[in-house]
Amino acid sequence: MVLYVFVVAYVGGEEDDAATNGAGPRGPSQWGMSQIGERLGGSGPVASGLRLGGAVAGGALLVELLIALLGTGLEAVRGHGAPYAPGPHAFGTPAYIGNLLLTRFLLAFEVASFLLLIAAVGGVVLARRRGGLDDDAGDDLAPLDLMRPLGTGSMSEGVGGRVR
Amino acid sequence: MSIAWYLAVSAIVFSLGAVGVITRRNPLVLLLCLELMLNGANLSLIAFSRMWGNGDGQILALIVMTVAACEVCIGLGMIVALYRRRLPVDVDELRELQG
Repeated sequence: MVLYVFVVAYVGGEEDDAATNGAGPRGPSQWGMSQIGERLGGSGPVASGLRLGGAVAGGALLVELLIALLGTGLEAVRGHGAPYAPGPHAFGTPAYIGNLLLTRFLLAFEVASFLLLIAAVGGVVLARRRGGLDDDAGDDLAPLDLMRPLGTGSMSEGVGGRVR
Repeated sequence: MSIAWYLAVSAIVFSLGAVGVITRRNPLVLLLCLELMLNGANLSLIAFSRMWGNGDGQILALIVMTVAACEVCIGLGMIVALYRRRLPVDVDELRELQG
């Protein structure tokens, strides 16, 4: 949540309007999925219809989930759960969770720790400042750059091959 | 309260997240809605874990929270990178992933 607040403060919170208004009109050559997004962001009957469609799909999902969960044949769902006896090592205490994490789910624990490490490294790599403070330094064009659109996050861009 | 109430709340939270993922275009809001869906699933995991008196669901919820933290880390890093390159922060504009 703190990360979200920082990123919203960095990027600015009004992209939804800015992206909708700033996208501008497009040529007929760009038909495709983005047209649906354009309509969804814009105004008019199609946009409201698509928004309504999304809401209806979500409502249908909710109804389906509720039918599946509340109309289940499991009698235990209507009960209050398994009997519970308080104690230092009872169900749900930190001692219980820690014991499970370090014995039965040790592999999952370790894999999760490696995943966190990789995510931290990846976050640093993605968000670091590429090519130093001077944006135009070392802008030599490789032949492959002409075939590739800019800012697609390829490996050569990651190592500072062609930075805008 | 019976377990069914917790499951109902988790279904509602999950559906709210799904509606957000379907209708919104800002990747920040999209990530928040994904988080909402994961938290709905977590709530039902915890409820079922309590129902059976078994800790496996709680461990799985913890692992899901870890994976969600990783996903948010990478996603927000991508958003910051997009913003640095002055690319549109809009998931419809970013649908081409080929490099």
